[in-house]
Amino acid sequence: MHLLFEPGFFASGPVRTAVVIGGVAAVVSAVVGVFTVVRSQSFAGHALTDIATTGGSGAFYLGFNPLAGFIGGGVVGAGAMDLIGVQRVRSRDVATGIVLGAATGLAALFLYLDTTSSATTGATQQILFGSIFTIDRSTVPVVVVLSVVTLVGMAVIRRPLLLHSVSPELATVRGVAGRGIGLAFMLALAVSVGLSSVAIGSILSTALLIGPAAAALRVTRSIGAATVVACGLGIATTWLGILLAYDSADWVRSGQGLPVSFFIVVLTFLSYLVTGVPAVRRLAGRPGRHPAPADPAPADRAPADRAPAAPAEG
Amino acid sequence: MFSGFMVNAWAVGTMVAVVAGVVGFFVVLRGSAFPAHAIPNGAFAGAAGASLIGINPLIGLGVFSLGAALGIGWLGRRGRADAVTALMLVLMLALGAAFLSQSTQYEPEIYSLLFGEILGVSTTELLPVLILGGVCVAAVGILFRRLLVTSIVPEIAAARGLRIHRTEVAFLVVVAAATTMTVPVVGALLIFTLMIGPPAAARCLTDRPGRALGASVAVALTTVWASIACSFESNWPVGFFVGVFSATAYGLGRAYAAWHLSRVGRPAPAVA
Amino acid sequence: MTDVPVLEVDRIGVSFAGRTILDAVSFEIRAGEFTGLIGSNGVGKTTLLRIILGLQRPGTGEVRVLGAPLSRHRRSLGYVPQKVVLDPDVPLRSRDLVALGLDGQRFGFSRRTKEQRARVEEMLDAVDARRFADSRVGSLSGGEQQRVLIAHALVSRPLLLLLDEPLANLDPGSVQEIVALLHRVSADHGVSVLLSAHEMNALLPVMDRIVYLTDGRAASGTTDEVVRSDVLSRLYGHHVDVLKLHGRVLVVAEPGTDAGDIPDHPTLTAF
Repeated sequence: MHLLFEPGFFASGPVRTAVVIGGVAAVVSAVVGVFTVVRSQSFAGHALTDIATTGGSGAFYLGFNPLAGFIGGGVVGAGAMDLIGVQRVRSRDVATGIVLGAATGLAALFLYLDTTSSATTGATQQILFGSIFTIDRSTVPVVVVLSVVTLVGMAVIRRPLLLHSVSPELATVRGVAGRGIGLAFMLALAVSVGLSSVAIGSILSTALLIGPAAAALRVTRSIGAATVVACGLGIATTWLGILLAYDSADWVRSGQGLPVSFFIVVLTFLSYLVTGVPAVRRLAGRPGRHPAPADPAPADRAPADRAPAAPAEG
Repeated sequence: MFSGFMVNAWAVGTMVAVVAGVVGFFVVLRGSAFPAHAIPNGAFAGAAGASLIGINPLIGLGVFSLGAALGIGWLGRRGRADAVTALMLVLMLALGAAFLSQSTQYEPEIYSLLFGEILGVSTTELLPVLILGGVCVAAVGILFRRLLVTSIVPEIAAARGLRIHRTEVAFLVVVAAATTMTVPVVGALLIFTLMIGPPAAARCLTDRPGRALGASVAVALTTVWASIACSFESNWPVGFFVGVFSATAYGLGRAYAAWHLSRVGRPAPAVA
Repeated sequence: MTDVPVLEVDRIGVSFAGRTILDAVSFEIRAGEFTGLIGSNGVGKTTLLRIILGLQRPGTGEVRVLGAPLSRHRRSLGYVPQKVVLDPDVPLRSRDLVALGLDGQRFGFSRRTKEQRARVEEMLDAVDARRFADSRVGSLSGGEQQRVLIAHALVSRPLLLLLDEPLANLDPGSVQEIVALLHRVSADHGVSVLLSAHEMNALLPVMDRIVYLTDGRAASGTTDEVVRSDVLSRLYGHHVDVLKLHGRVLVVAEPGTDAGDIPDHPTLTAF
């Protein structure tokens, strides 16, 4: 047991915080991520983490609360993308790229101004690769509350969102406002991504958003099941990653330990690959098609079906 | 502004703009915006890794961007392309973070890999950029018809026997090559802006592939030149201007398309 | 209740890029009627259906459902689009898609009641989709998907079911099956049906009324009233003969006339 759980693991304050924050981020990311992947908005999801980071850099430079910057940046970015974007997927990706490009340019500016105005080093690295072990304890309650709000919001819109994601036309016919639902989802995505970027860094934010969801969707048949599996996968990879990162301080010569993001991302990537293996998919009971259409049992076909044949050919 | 070390900046900037305009035309046409963002970011991780083990960062750039291109091409075939791209991207970035954690990288080097250091380009760097750039443009020229047909009417292309998947992988490799030459100059995060904004703006102006390609290069050149000039005057990073001017170009293109629709009555040329 | 038509299309007109697509099209549908919207490809059938459903705005004219504007009676209309592009990876079973027909638009936390779930099962049986009720919708064949979409549209008990070219890509055997299914569903559940097609013969046995659309203009009534030489000649703007042969209808234009707008063949058409 000591081989796996290095002494002091459970006693460490930062570790406990990381476990809680990581778990919360994994759950929110999984719930939002399942819809992100279904709607083919992985690019937007990733772009928003970078845009949120720009917001964070801006807040850093201008001196106000980074969390507000992350979330505010994400929300503005999501709104801009929605404003420019049109329905076709390709055009959406171009819109995403444009907004991301502008935001990245801004980030370049903020970081440059920041390094010239103050002597802080490592600002770039800090902002872009923020570590789960160095999160400020005081932000934990806010992150948890906002996460719960996001989850509640997703639960409220899940049915219209699902219908719209499957077919915007069918949704409109049933009275769902397509633009409204799309925008609502983008906002939920922005908030979720902003929270996780602050909490676990932008790399992990994207990884936990897309990875577990994409893997889960390959082995399940319904959104509900996919969400549950994605949450489980997300939490498992996060906690295991934290554990390995903590242990890794002893493995590597530099004594620094490898970043937790590295372990979590590699685990996520591996779990995605595993779900692609046919044996695993069959294990998960995911039928590709229903059994080949054999001659239907007589009970399935009412005799009346045969009747119209006569007049049409007669 | 036009003497001394700035000559290099103008030269390299022009080359980068041409390559970005040419390659970017197909990036937008094929909806490959995400890979165009992911591959440079992967390249960045490779450069960090190369520095760590003490070899030329350009090699790391090349290897990782090629790996990203092939990974996205292969895995994307079997699963959702955009999810796979995201996963490859974070894998590369995580590797980069791991490399960085083991080294004592200096802050400015990371910054320049990400955002570019065009004003600090040395004369010796010009030749490799020119060669690689030439190779990219030539490759696009050779693949031009194939790329057009597989982008616009993939069913017909398949019927004609064109290997769609191979073309896709080949194209991603071209993007990787374009990335390798441009990252040291414009930076990983901004090369893709040049491959998206100007071509997307160009497509708002005209449908015809040849003209759109030319317009794409023209807009890219304008963007880069304006950015270099503004950066020189203000000392602000060139990446900032590239990002903002690209978005502006796109906005102007969209505005033109909307004006065209309202005045002429016909639907405007394809918007992105 | 039977006095107010389920659907009134009142002088609907729409143009696009200078071309008149629909020109003062009017007709009515009453409870329980099975109506065929017949016209060649590109004539505007889909546009008309979309206007009826509120997916597109008409230039002129009005659509009334049960005497009131569409927004009041949205739920009274069910829609089966021609093609729903379903990503094979969308995590939705047939059963789930049908269930979304009941509550897909509702926000909130409520779970589905036993009655709702029973109704879903009932509809799956009605369209003969039991076999693939638990399969992903994206993995179904075109015909199977169509049945699921019909169930999705019917599950909320609409008064009128609109289908856009449901017979277009089916083989003749499947055409008969779907027509019979729709007729059965219409009779069993008291639902009016408006179905667009470019071929009228498959529908002759079940159609109560026909709306015949060409060049933006429409004639409506029973098949006996509409499918006649004089009526169709007036509609086309040049002389056509209607022949009934072996229970099928043929519309024939004189050789030499510009008969490009008669569906499928320039001079001889078997509907």
